[in-house]
Amino acid sequence: MPSSATATRPGLADRLRDALPKLVLSPTVAIVAIFVYGFIAFTLYLSFTDSRILPTFGWVGWQNYENLFRIRAWDTAVNNLIVFGVLYIVVCCALGLLLAILLDQRIRAEGFIRTIYLYPMALSFIVTGVAWKWFLDPGIGLEAVVRGWGFESFTFGWIKDSDMAIYTIVIAAVWQTSGFVMAMFLAGLRGIDSEMMKAAQIDGASTFALYRRIVIPQLRPAFMSAFVVLAHMAIKSYDLVIALTGGGPGTATELPATFMYSYTFTRNQMGIGAASAVIMLMTIAAIIVPYLWSELREKK
Amino acid sequence: MRKLATSMTALATLFIATQAQAEDVEVLHWWTSGGEAAALNVLKGDLESQGIGWQDMPVAGGGGTQAMTVLRARVTAGNPPTAVQMLGFDILDWAKEGALADLNILAGMEGWDAVVPEALQQFAKHDGKWVSAPVNVHSTNWVWANKAVLDELGIAVPTTWDEFVAALEAVKASGKTAIAHGGQAWQDATVFDAVVMSTGGLDFYKSAFIDLDEDALGSDTMKEAFDRMGVIRSYVDDNFSGRDWNLATAMVINGDAAFQMMGDWAKGEFLNAGKVPDQDFLCFRFPGTQEQVTFNADQFAMFAQGPEVGKEQAALATAILSPSFQSAFNVVKGSVPARTDVSNEAFDACGKKGMADLKAAAASGNLVGSMAHGHANPASVKNAIYDVVTAHFNGEYDSAAAVDELVTAVQINK
Amino acid sequence: MTAISENTAAAAEPRRASAFNPARVVLYALLALFCIYYLLPLYVMVVNSLKPLSEITAGGMMALPGDWTIAPWQSAWSSAQVGVEATGLRPYFVNSILMVVPAVALSTILGALNGYVLTKWPFRGASILFGLLLFGCFIPFQMVLIPMARMLGLMGLAGSVPGLIFVHLVYGIGFSTLYFRNYYAAFPTELVRAAQIDGAGFFTIFWRILLPSSGPIAVVCIIWQFTNIWNDFLFGASFSDFDSQPMTVALNNLVQSSTGVKEYNVHFAGAIMAALPTLLVYIVAGRFFVRGLMAGSVKG
Repeated sequence: MPSSATATRPGLADRLRDALPKLVLSPTVAIVAIFVYGFIAFTLYLSFTDSRILPTFGWVGWQNYENLFRIRAWDTAVNNLIVFGVLYIVVCCALGLLLAILLDQRIRAEGFIRTIYLYPMALSFIVTGVAWKWFLDPGIGLEAVVRGWGFESFTFGWIKDSDMAIYTIVIAAVWQTSGFVMAMFLAGLRGIDSEMMKAAQIDGASTFALYRRIVIPQLRPAFMSAFVVLAHMAIKSYDLVIALTGGGPGTATELPATFMYSYTFTRNQMGIGAASAVIMLMTIAAIIVPYLWSELREKK
Repeated sequence: MRKLATSMTALATLFIATQAQAEDVEVLHWWTSGGEAAALNVLKGDLESQGIGWQDMPVAGGGGTQAMTVLRARVTAGNPPTAVQMLGFDILDWAKEGALADLNILAGMEGWDAVVPEALQQFAKHDGKWVSAPVNVHSTNWVWANKAVLDELGIAVPTTWDEFVAALEAVKASGKTAIAHGGQAWQDATVFDAVVMSTGGLDFYKSAFIDLDEDALGSDTMKEAFDRMGVIRSYVDDNFSGRDWNLATAMVINGDAAFQMMGDWAKGEFLNAGKVPDQDFLCFRFPGTQEQVTFNADQFAMFAQGPEVGKEQAALATAILSPSFQSAFNVVKGSVPARTDVSNEAFDACGKKGMADLKAAAASGNLVGSMAHGHANPASVKNAIYDVVTAHFNGEYDSAAAVDELVTAVQINK
Repeated sequence: MTAISENTAAAAEPRRASAFNPARVVLYALLALFCIYYLLPLYVMVVNSLKPLSEITAGGMMALPGDWTIAPWQSAWSSAQVGVEATGLRPYFVNSILMVVPAVALSTILGALNGYVLTKWPFRGASILFGLLLFGCFIPFQMVLIPMARMLGLMGLAGSVPGLIFVHLVYGIGFSTLYFRNYYAAFPTELVRAAQIDGAGFFTIFWRILLPSSGPIAVVCIIWQFTNIWNDFLFGASFSDFDSQPMTVALNNLVQSSTGVKEYNVHFAGAIMAALPTLLVYIVAGRFFVRGLMAGSVKG
């Protein structure tokens, strides 16, 4: 669209050209305004109503929130999210970094190995969950196999243990996404200036120091991107829990996402479900907003 | 039978003469396994012979909860399916919203009131109007047993709690697993249903689960029921948590375990493994509940499209209630017909027993809705009870605490 | 750590890397070990999809099939029961593809345009707008189900493929914008300004200058969107009609039937089959994936 505007006619075409970028952005803005923020507002409103099976608009004040905090499973869910979220993000980052560093050593068949690390992302947990469930089941999975090899005292029954089951969720979740994180770090490593590395090596820096002082600090943007992706996945983890433990044993692996779904849809307590969603969103905001703030300011 | 059904349909269509041409039916359901779908095909064929197409909308998962979520999205969008498979309180909830079509004319004409048990009608009628067509009655207080294991250990079919515990002890002593159980909330609750019925009797069950009477919920009898759950827990193997019910059934089939408490759908697993009722496996009521039948029933509710029920909806409802379909479907599903006047010819030993039990229980007032399967109280209360039962079964707290929790949970969610 | 130290040296002098080196053996052993971790669930799935059901229920889920059979695969593809008719997963593939291709294409194009505007045509509040957009990624999908259904009904898109495409577009836009924005941020703005002085318009610059070099990030974006949309169950189940149900719903119907006999071998075959398109995307585009991440999302 070559500009036809001239100095004498700063008319419609000119203004259109100036407005064009914003015009292009406007559908997105409209969509986000309605389908994200509008819906958040709607949920906020629902959380103060007596909605059960469908949205209804009888005002009940804080009652849903009061009930929410009387429900044990909610406490469990929140605690689990903290344990799960922290472990998941930390382990994924650590493992992803380790694998990226290992893969960055001019490995033969790198592409092949990379694909193996990456493929779990492609699978839906509806059924992968079943495979994991079996694998972790002491009666038929890993424990049984290792015992079959003659190590009779080997035990691995975490998935059946209320205190440990949440860690099996971490194992499976890490399996699914650490490859993706690996790819992000690998990309970060490939982007590092090799001259700097060489110079440091000539100065006699040990490999450990090399990575700690020069490489890892340069991976900061990769860490940041990984954090956004992982945090978003941790919060939305739903399929995983349903497929692996169904929230059990008891309510030991309930997460806010499963709690919210169950109250909104299974238990016909839409008001309480909405209240839990609001709390969840506020928590997310408390973590994400400062991060976004610092990131976006810096980039200017 | 088939002839009768078709002639009745013809009659029905005469009476419910809507101007509109018969349209296709879109059916939302969660029956996707081979046998269930084969049975639904009977319905589909019946409708197609009347020129009504079947648009299939299966959404499985969570014993229908997934389908209910989808239903809510569809209704909210203003695009409800014509007919929807539903359970218990869901039907009543939707009827309260005024979303369901009135089937009274049809029901009156075909005499549903006379053939469908009273206890079941409570979930098929709202404000005196029929709003759904019941397909079957599942009963949930069955115990399934491996006959070879019982014979080998000289165990007779237990009829009281004490005999049952003695039998469990004998199995445990032999080194086998006494009870095959899957540790999922609904399975724990299925057992709890039977245990409460056996411990407190019919009236106690009703006042606790149906009337939600706080005295009953907080009573010593309830504590005793939790104690018995603890006893059962001690006869379950260590790997029970999260196990699918059918894998638990497989343990009984393979002779690794002696008993499983499960609804009548477990029979399909036995039959599929080539086992014969009364020869290879036994089915009997949970000890102490021989008189009672706790049930859940699948029904099809019709979503209102206008002031009158649609012609195709009426045809579907008629087909569902036809004795031929009731028999054909329930033979494969493992459940028993929702109408009590269907011939038991095609059913196996367990099916015949189930039909006889249902008829007797319906006549004597011993037919009650199953709490675990959403036929005693609304979904919110049911799930709150699940939480407590499961937490107790997994050892999170003792029986006294469980009773307190139960009362609180019901209070919050009532 | 010694492995790494040796190998960094090796990396500096690539010629020597091919020589035998004990540290490299350790390195490869480690990589192989991780390959096992990532492949185990797939192994469980593949092995059990090739067994008759009786072998699975009899125990020994980790064992190789005693009696190899491809019947479960045939069944899952064309004759398994997923509804009233025993159609297998075959017809649902078409539905999924009809939904995924436009949804991925649209969200990628829109993401690219948004990224372009946000970086090359900045305006006051662009960063805040982007922050708001990104926060939208974190909204739990369970929460938007009911309001979304209402909106789709109002727009006349309920129960249709365009409706599903729209929903995925709405919730895919955050991430696609993120990818392209970060990618274009690193793209030299001088080129854009120079083109502007030469009289090139908004779309000309995008089309001629930015788009040709967007290959790598487009791959990242497509992989991400394709995976998420292909594997989505919640929206697919809720917003589809009897004739537009996507593959995940069919897979779910196959796997989750509640009171029927569970044919695990068919389930696993179906699950692998359902994942094949995404796996294909990973394998074909995998080479560009790290390159794309390198250029885009992990750089500041």
